[in-house]
Amino acid sequence: MENNIQHTDIYAIALHHRFQWEEAQQSYVILFPEGMIKLHGGAGEILKRVDGKATVGDIVADLKAAFPDAEDIENDILGMFDLAVGKAWLRKVN
Amino acid sequence: MAQLNNGVAASVTQKQPLWLLAEVTYRCPLHCAFCYNPTDYDKHTKNELSTEQWISALRDARKMGAIQLGISGGEPLLRDDIEDIVAEAHKLGYYSNLITSGVGLTEKRIQAFKEGGLDHIQLSMHDVTEDISNFITNTRTFELKKKVAAMIKAHGYPMVLNVVIHRYNIDQVDKILEMAEALGADYVELANTQYYGWSLVNRDQLMPTREQLNRAEAATNAFRERVGNKMKVFFVVPDYFSDRPKKCMNGWGEVFMIVTANGDVLPCHSARVLPGLTFPNVRENGLEWAWKESPAFNKYRGMEWMKEPCRSCSEKENDLGGCRCQSYLLSGDAEMADPVCTKSPNRHLIDEALLNSQKPFLREQPIIFRTDKNSKKYVEGDKERIEQFHALP
Repeated sequence: MENNIQHTDIYAIALHHRFQWEEAQQSYVILFPEGMIKLHGGAGEILKRVDGKATVGDIVADLKAAFPDAEDIENDILGMFDLAVGKAWLRKVN
Repeated sequence: MAQLNNGVAASVTQKQPLWLLAEVTYRCPLHCAFCYNPTDYDKHTKNELSTEQWISALRDARKMGAIQLGISGGEPLLRDDIEDIVAEAHKLGYYSNLITSGVGLTEKRIQAFKEGGLDHIQLSMHDVTEDISNFITNTRTFELKKKVAAMIKAHGYPMVLNVVIHRYNIDQVDKILEMAEALGADYVELANTQYYGWSLVNRDQLMPTREQLNRAEAATNAFRERVGNKMKVFFVVPDYFSDRPKKCMNGWGEVFMIVTANGDVLPCHSARVLPGLTFPNVRENGLEWAWKESPAFNKYRGMEWMKEPCRSCSEKENDLGGCRCQSYLLSGDAEMADPVCTKSPNRHLIDEALLNSQKPFLREQPIIFRTDKNSKKYVEGDKERIEQFHALP
């Protein structure tokens, strides 16, 4: 399923969606009309790096450096992108 | 930690009120026949909270974890301080939503909302025809609503349309969706009427048939297939046609907290109809006490309060026994299983209502619109109408 996501792709948070840290939840969330997605640990770390400039490849490299002990992290990251694009939380910039 | 509150066994909840609904006024220029506001709203139109009281309520709720804010009513734009409330909400980090009929939304105000950081505006629409739209709202507002929709779009807001569905517009669901698409809607809620407040009074006149409902759902699915991700369409199913109740408000005191025009704090929109409960008020009680410790919020939290058939039901966690208000309004017993459930001994009340709504004599009765004059009658206790309101046999 990760085939849709390329290392050269650039994404941003979708229009009308907001990404922020929620102190009360101790997690990152995405907010949009009538809804909220709570992002557990790893998912928040990934989407935090989505800024409309970094490529998916940049983000993979950055996370590998930040979490050197995590195994097979790349598949998890691509899977998360696939989910977030499918749910329209992210929009493709390039 | 368990403690006793007026005989109600309660434990301090760890739940957070993620959704805060601010019903800032019950005044409204529209007179919709399906409004869920209390029929006696007129007695709550005086004594509205001040700007400062609203702002302090927003601050307190935010500390407790509230993040989605709905500013609703009545028509919130009848207050002239929505700009201040919106700006404060933005500073506090809320994702804020103005829920409006569109009446009173001007270029000047929408610009101030944009600058203040309002996140989205939810506009109510009623039909594709001017006749039905004006009829059900008892106003001439159809053309104005279309202009407001264009204004919302022009200011870069996500377009969220809410359309309450009933017998008078259900056959036009396909055309309503096309209209929404033409207006550039991003989200559309087709909210089948739930029967509380004014809509319960007018239930026989508003209820569609099962065939109409099935056609509307099929039309919605066909539209979704054609349009895909571009527009999200929510179809809120009317529970009378279901055999299990809805998990009302996602559970009593689980995620929703409502502060009403006069400061009452409620776990759901219509909770004040329930007998024997005293609801907290922001003027006297802090929101934190209201949410965590007040007897009213703990009364139906969780499953301890249940009696049979809910108590031993294998499905009780799915719906938490349904809606307390619906149970009380239809059967007179707030602690009974929601009559929608086919396991409830009161299911016949729903079946009778479905039958009654097909009787020509009942469905042709005049609609009682949500007006101050009609509301005053409920406040004064018009016997005949109160019988009808409780829908007692």
